This record gives sequence, structure tokens and C-alpha cells, in this order.
Amino acid sequence: MSGPADYIFYAAAAMTVGAAILVAILPNILYAAVALLFSFAGVAGLYVLLSADFLAATQVLVYVGGILVLLLFAVFLSNRISGGNITNPTHFRLPAAAICLVLFGVLSYAAVSTPFAVKRGVYLPTTADIGELLMTRYLLPFEVASVLLLAALIGAAFLSRPDRGATEKDDMREGKA
Amino acid sequence: MEALARSLMNAVPLLAGVPLWAVTLLLIVAAAVVILVFALTFEGVGSLVLRKVAGDIQARIGPNRVGPNGILQFLADGVKLVLKEDIIPANADRLLFKLAPYFVFVGSFAAFVVVPFGVGLIAADLNIGIYYVMAVTSLVVVGVLLAGWASNNKWALLGGMRAAAQIVSYEIPVGMALIPAVLVAGSLSLQDIVRSQGGLLGIFGWNLFHNPFSFFSFFLYFTAAQAETNQTPFDLPEAESELVSGYNVEYSGIRFGLFFLAEFGDMFIVAALATACFLGGWNVPFFHAATLPWIWGNLLSLGVFLAKAFTMVLIMMWVRWTLPRLRVDQLMRMAWKYLVPLTFINLLGVSLWLLVFKGKGIPAMIASLFG
Repeated sequence: MSGPADYIFYAAAAMTVGAAILVAILPNILYAAVALLFSFAGVAGLYVLLSADFLAATQVLVYVGGILVLLLFAVFLSNRISGGNITNPTHFRLPAAAICLVLFGVLSYAAVSTPFAVKRGVYLPTTADIGELLMTRYLLPFEVASVLLLAALIGAAFLSRPDRGATEKDDMREGKA
Repeated sequence: MEALARSLMNAVPLLAGVPLWAVTLLLIVAAAVVILVFALTFEGVGSLVLRKVAGDIQARIGPNRVGPNGILQFLADGVKLVLKEDIIPANADRLLFKLAPYFVFVGSFAAFVVVPFGVGLIAADLNIGIYYVMAVTSLVVVGVLLAGWASNNKWALLGGMRAAAQIVSYEIPVGMALIPAVLVAGSLSLQDIVRSQGGLLGIFGWNLFHNPFSFFSFFLYFTAAQAETNQTPFDLPEAESELVSGYNVEYSGIRFGLFFLAEFGDMFIVAALATACFLGGWNVPFFHAATLPWIWGNLLSLGVFLAKAFTMVLIMMWVRWTLPRLRVDQLMRMAWKYLVPLTFINLLGVSLWLLVFKGKGIPAMIASLFG
């Protein structure tokens, strides 16, 4: 398959990888977050090229609309936001490089040696199949994942409560109002 | 688009030598330009109508200087926005400050791609239509947050944080309230959803009247969407009296214009989704628009769709100038304690209804009683 789709693939791949490199090296953490946005968008573009439309939309919805926003919130709330210098310092360069090399080796070996089933030139909507599989074959992992997320949510809410006494007072005041 | 390009190439012999992808690309660009022109016109005229409605509701005249009865005011505003000096505060983060309006505008404008304007009038009938809208509009949140932060202004930052918290919270009830329409149609494509409401039942074929739960869904959607677009009972991110103007306070000229256009674009998207999912979309009552010649069918259905959508926009403006603003905690309580549980109950109700009555709505069952 050659033609415009190839160029779009290279553009999307370059955007994904280039933005990911920027995420790693930019000293300003907010710039890194914006670069991450472009990386996510590039991955969504790759999904679209693979005719995985549902997955592409999910990628944008979850990563851009959810994770990136959460990341920005965390940066804004945990630093002196007005005028502060928000940095993204680099530590432990050598061990990090070693881990990256090993990870790269494992992933590239896996990518090259796996016999991927390649399907060409067929464009079919995937949404119905994904829905059916999530409700039948993968119901248990799906539910386990959601229970895990729920537990994390409750844990986060519990940890972020101030102290119990104050909260009860607040609750009472709310009840009266 | 590719099918259209192929038929165009067969019809016009001059195009025979041009590669297929070039014609397709040209058609895509043409569609984008048409939609952009429509969106910008709507946003301009919308701002005038908003001010006129505000004038009427507040018992004053409103803009009446430019042109007869002030109807050319939006053109003057547009020229003003383009020509005004573009000021970037000295301590602002210049790159993010410049980038943020584009995120907001792109997030809002990209949603226009799947709006079903008529029988065949849709830029791209994606089979994940509604889901796509939910996904691309999430880009708006990022833009608003960055705009608030990059301005290096406390009001802007507070406005940006409020906007993000609000949009993220209300995204859930908005999505959940749209699902009943998806369930009834059995598809995420907006064209399929509109088609599923056609037929001989007329307005009783609409999802609004399909069953009690889808009826409530419409109102839940409309309330939550009003909040997601930062309209007045929920306009805390802008709150002139406390935050001056919120996340866009430092912006001037065309950068402010982009935020402004995106706001009106969001209004139209909400109205268009409400129309397509609950109010029958472009279906002409008691009539199959698709059976007419191409041009008449499309014009008729476009007219029906726009009439419904603009009515919804007017209702949004009416609500906007009627209700006072909520407090932040009231806003969050409304989202998480009332709207989210209600939409979940509704979703359960619709699912049960479709299961028990095998997908039939109340009007269809009544109609079948009379044979």
C-alpha cells in the first residue's frame, strides 16, 4: 500500500515520536504537557490510519480530555502557580539510560518477532464488535479494571479529606443550608 | 468523500487525469471551507441575536446603530476584532498564550464535521459520530486551562481552573444523557440516529417521545450541556462580577475573537446535537425527504434542521438571560449529586425499556393498537 496514506503515516509517526522526545527533554513541565498532547494526537492519527476509529476517539477522550487535564491540574495545584518557575529536572541519567536501552531492546524484539495478523484495505466499523467483546468475552477483566479504578477513586477522595472533625462540621452546615 | 470524488471524476471529463486522492483532498478542503463559513456566519449573527434577545429580556433596545435596527452590528464587531491591537502581557508565557486560543477553536470547530445538516449534507458521516464530538471537544478544556495559566493573571487562572473543573464534571452527564438516543438507534453515527427518528409517526417518531426515560434524557442533556458550554446559570468561568471575564481576560484582538467564536460554536453544537438526537434532526414530518430530487430533499431537510437548531439556540439565550448564576459548590453539587445519578438511572431505564418492549416506543405501540 503506497500513496498518500504512507505519507500520512510518516507524518503521524514523526509527530508522535518527535513530541515524545520533547516531553522527555523540555525543562518546562507545562511545555512538556503540551508536547504530550501532540504525541497523543499522533497516536490517535495512527489508530485512524489502522481504521480503528473507536480506539482513536477513545485515545483523544481519555488521554487528552482526562489524563492531560488531570496532569495540568496537578501542576497548577501543587506549585506556586503565579509566576513560579515550574521545572522538569533530570536526575539519574546513567541508570535511566540503561533501563531505556533494555526496554527498547525488549520492545523492538517483541515488535519484530511477533507475527502480526495484517489486514489490508478493509474498512469496517469496529464499535459494535468492541462493545460485544467487552460485554461477553472480556467482561471479567473489564469489570475488574473498573473496580480497581473505583477503589483508587475512593482512596484518593479519602486521602484528600482535610481532617475528620472539620469535615463533619462542614457536613452539618451543609445539611442546615 | 472518496466515493463522491470518484463520481465527480466520472461526471467531469476534465478531471480524468487528476489522481483520485487529489480530488478527494480538494473536496475535503471545500467541505471544510463551507462549514467554516457557516460556523463563522452563525457565530457573528448569533452574537447580534444574543445581544438583541438580552435587550428584549432586560426591557431595553440593544444594539441599533449600525445598519437598519443594528443588524450589521456583527460585521462592525468582526472588523473591530480583526483590527484591534493584539496585546500579549509582558509576564505572560508567550508560546502557550498564543497557542491556547487555537486549541479552543479547533476543539469547537472540529465538532462541526459530524453535524448532520440534511439528508446528504454532512461533512463526514463517521460511524462514531457522537463519540467523536465528545472526544474532540475535550481539546477545549486543555486550551482553556493553558489560556488561564499563560496569561499570568490570578483572575484568568481562577477562571481557567473553574472552566476545566466544570467542563470535565459536566462531560459525564452530557455523555450519559446522549446514550439513550444511541441505544434507540443502535448506532453512534448521527445520520443513523436521525434516520431512526423518521417514518410515518411524524414528530412522535422523535426520540423525545420514544419513552419516558428518553423524554427526561433530553432535559438532562440540555441542562448539562448548558453548563458544559459555560452558559449563564453556569457561567462561573467568566463571572464578570467576580472574575472580570475569566480565562480570556488578558486576550485582545483576534485571539479574543477565537475564544468568542468557539463559545458560539459550542452553542450551535449543543443545539445541533439536541436536535439530531432527540428532536428528529432533519426529518420532515410525515414525509421522506430522501425520496425527493437530491437538491430539494437536501434544501428542505437543511431548513428543517436549522429551524430546530436555531430554536434551541434561542431557548439557550432565553435561559441565559433569565436565571441568576450558581455558586461554585452549588454547581459541583448539581453535577455530581443530581445530574450524574439521574442520568445513570435514566440510562438503566432506557435499557430496560428497550429490552422489555423490544425497542418499540410508546407512539409506535399506540399506533399498532389502531392497526
